[in-house]
Amino acid sequence: MTDLLSANHISVYRDGKTILEDVSLSIGKQDFITIIGPNGAGKSMLLKCMMGFYAPSRGDVARREGLKIGYVPQRLVADHTVPIRVRRFLTLRKRAAKDALMKVAAETAIEEILDQPIHVLSGGELQRVLLARALLDDPDLLVLDEPAQNLDVTGQLAFYKLIEKIYAERDVSILMVSHDLHLVMSSTREVVCLYHHICCHGEPSMVTRDPEFISLFGNDMARLMAVYNHSHDHDHNLDEAAPLHDHGHSHDHEHMEKLDG
Amino acid sequence: MVDDFILRALAAGIGVALIAGPLGCFVVWRRMAYFGDSLAHSALLGIALGLLYGININLGTVIVCAAFALLLVWLQQRRVLATDTLLGILAHAALSIGMVALSFLNNVSFDLYSYLFGDILTVRISDLYWIYGGGLMVIGLLILNWSSLTLMTLHEDLARAEGVNTVWANILLMLLMTIVVAVSIRIVGILLITSMLIIPAATARQLVTSPESMAIWAAVFGLIAVIAGISGSVEFDTPSGPSIVTAAAIMFALFSTFAVVRRRA
Repeated sequence: MTDLLSANHISVYRDGKTILEDVSLSIGKQDFITIIGPNGAGKSMLLKCMMGFYAPSRGDVARREGLKIGYVPQRLVADHTVPIRVRRFLTLRKRAAKDALMKVAAETAIEEILDQPIHVLSGGELQRVLLARALLDDPDLLVLDEPAQNLDVTGQLAFYKLIEKIYAERDVSILMVSHDLHLVMSSTREVVCLYHHICCHGEPSMVTRDPEFISLFGNDMARLMAVYNHSHDHDHNLDEAAPLHDHGHSHDHEHMEKLDG
Repeated sequence: MVDDFILRALAAGIGVALIAGPLGCFVVWRRMAYFGDSLAHSALLGIALGLLYGININLGTVIVCAAFALLLVWLQQRRVLATDTLLGILAHAALSIGMVALSFLNNVSFDLYSYLFGDILTVRISDLYWIYGGGLMVIGLLILNWSSLTLMTLHEDLARAEGVNTVWANILLMLLMTIVVAVSIRIVGILLITSMLIIPAATARQLVTSPESMAIWAAVFGLIAVIAGISGSVEFDTPSGPSIVTAAAIMFALFSTFAVVRRRA
């Protein structure tokens, strides 16, 4: 098996709603996959299932034996009641040699703040610290859950540049959930568009050529989904959280071509 | 010449302070103060059952408090009501049932006041076994799970991603608090147990920059409060629990003032 991590036909039903319906996704070596989709599309749930935090109602998640995953959460709410410095936070539950720590600190540009308490750090610094923690074990796969959501635009750009650099320099696969597709377009290799089921997936270069697509993406995910609807034979009703339609066909490439033309 | 009962009380109080301080850090970090209070209230039911059925009161308290904690976890999973509502219901129900049960007891020597506020005269040698036995267990489990619990406190999903069983870790914290509540009743009393967990930890927070030093300083401050409080209690014939907590509160006030002054300077 060459896949590092794969979800096989997973479905999640909760409180009578369909959160995920028959989603399959696999991450191989050197993959860089970004999951996009509107709020409530089930992106976080998919990630939770893939990380093993949540057991899907149907289907299963396969993980290559001995796979090391570095997880970067959406944000760390640095609580001032917990006195902890960056250096100690990085080594909680981890045994890292000093030079390994310094190497990762240099990679993520946090050398200057190693001795600061985490509750005084800025949002961008905190995300870099979380990234550094994820990199300390030298992971095979980085999983990032909307890692730049709480940063300003400059911060987002810088953070994604850093991810790109790490992807280029390390032997690591990346699975990321992101709202900011216009910012990750240049680095990600594959985009998976999720709305309870996988609507489409493919190389971003195929879609980036369409300026309308990009402008829609930045502003309103819901409108993006509407763009898709034109080339579909099924409807996404955004007011209903759970479309329970039958969906046995593959239409990925069809989309891309229509958007290209 | 110091009386035996004072030595027993001091030994008991020191044991309580040494475990309550480090565990209290998690109570402060994870905002479990109300949980601690509720747990302590439910201890009265344990005492009542202990007296009614003639089982050891410490054991009765551990059983009732552990049942209380597990019932709470189960109710929380159902996600219908908020945790503080559930705690309010469970705590007051247990307290009331405990009081009703105690009223059936025709024991003239029963002194409710001493259970509510602690009484050093009631400390027996067997209580010391409970405190130090339970205490060693609490400290051992805390040290073993320290990094995991701290990471979970900072970020639950991050801990889970790195292999911490967070459900189990949460239950562990609750059970450790159960033990602390059970062994602290003699010294500080049901109503004041939470303060032994939070005041020394809150005092320590103002001086430290690492979670480990906060735990150590919390134990130290607890220790000073216990020694000062019990000495005062003997000297002025005041109830031990309130005397200890008064000492702890004075220390907290001093260090808070000190911290404010230092920041201004």
